[in-house]
Amino acid sequence: MDFTEEQLQRYSRHIILPEVGGKGQKKISGSRVLIAGAGGLGCPVGYYLAAAGVGTIAMVDNDVVELSNLQRQIAHSVRTLGMNKAESAKNTFEALNPDVNVVTIKERLNSKNILGLIKDYDIVVDGTDNFPTRYLINDACVLAGKPLVSGAILRFEGQVTTILPGEGHCYRCLFEEPPPPGLVPSCQEAGVLGVLPGVVGALQAAEVLKLVLGKGKPLSNQLLIYDALGVNFRKVKVPKNPDCKVCGKSPVITELIDIGEEYCSI
Amino acid sequence: MPVKVLIPVPLQRLTKGQETVDGSAGTVITLIKDLDQKYSGLAERICEGDKVRRFVNIYVNEEDIRFMSNEETSVKDGDVVSIVPAIAGGC
Ligand SMILES: [Zn+2]
Repeated sequence: MDFTEEQLQRYSRHIILPEVGGKGQKKISGSRVLIAGAGGLGCPVGYYLAAAGVGTIAMVDNDVVELSNLQRQIAHSVRTLGMNKAESAKNTFEALNPDVNVVTIKERLNSKNILGLIKDYDIVVDGTDNFPTRYLINDACVLAGKPLVSGAILRFEGQVTTILPGEGHCYRCLFEEPPPPGLVPSCQEAGVLGVLPGVVGALQAAEVLKLVLGKGKPLSNQLLIYDALGVNFRKVKVPKNPDCKVCGKSPVITELIDIGEEYCSI
Repeated sequence: MPVKVLIPVPLQRLTKGQETVDGSAGTVITLIKDLDQKYSGLAERICEGDKVRRFVNIYVNEEDIRFMSNEETSVKDGDVVSIVPAIAGGC
């Protein structure tokens, strides 16, 4: 595929970068990324990836846009209140860049549908809002060998990590088990600074583009912690756990399971 | 120079809003028990008995204590200890 004159202009600031160039921009245009959650994190990740010209972006969300989302979920607006979030994000991303094909998946991810949904994508992005889905996405990506860029936010704090199955750590290597229900509050209960998902989502989008381009060092075997109040960015080491239940030497999770519904209330 | 302990945002309520507190050298578990004297309730949030909860990680200078000596990992003056709980928000 050759770029049109319009595309050369649109992507000129990328193409001028030696690390990207025409070749890299073609990689971006040919890439397929699935984003789980079209909320605080999914909006900025999808927005920047759409701007960058990622060829196909799947947005997975079965919720509808509410007024309380608009403090941070920048792909939605008063005009899309009540609309499915994946659909609302598709409108926004396609208005920004008609080159991008946005696929809407209006389902909740579960052990039955996830492998079929991620199989056609190169990279998965986690921007979901609960522990059971996070562990499900991790396990599915490890089993399917899909790179996963994970981000999480609460109040003033964010966490980002890049999971490269077969090479580095996974989410279960990092946190062995989800906390019991009720111990860790949700954003709904505890609040979140509106700009926080923007910072964390932009970091996730940068990780995705680096993976697509094959440039730089991914955040594999590391966890980046951002604290907006203290303005601290810290990285800690995350070794692959030889006893990990899904990616360790003798894994006990060899097929997907749904963790109890009680966790969904977190 | 004491041990520098970085408190995650959800636990800063217990440390009167402080993001860093000073701790004393010893092991990870003695450090936490010691901090609990000053900041009551901290140990219970991080540990169950003498074991660190499985959704909380503790790092001594960026190294995860699970891959060292767990709760018995030694901490000395000048070390930086981070307490990092799992968070799941994406909303
Ligand atoms: Zn693992």
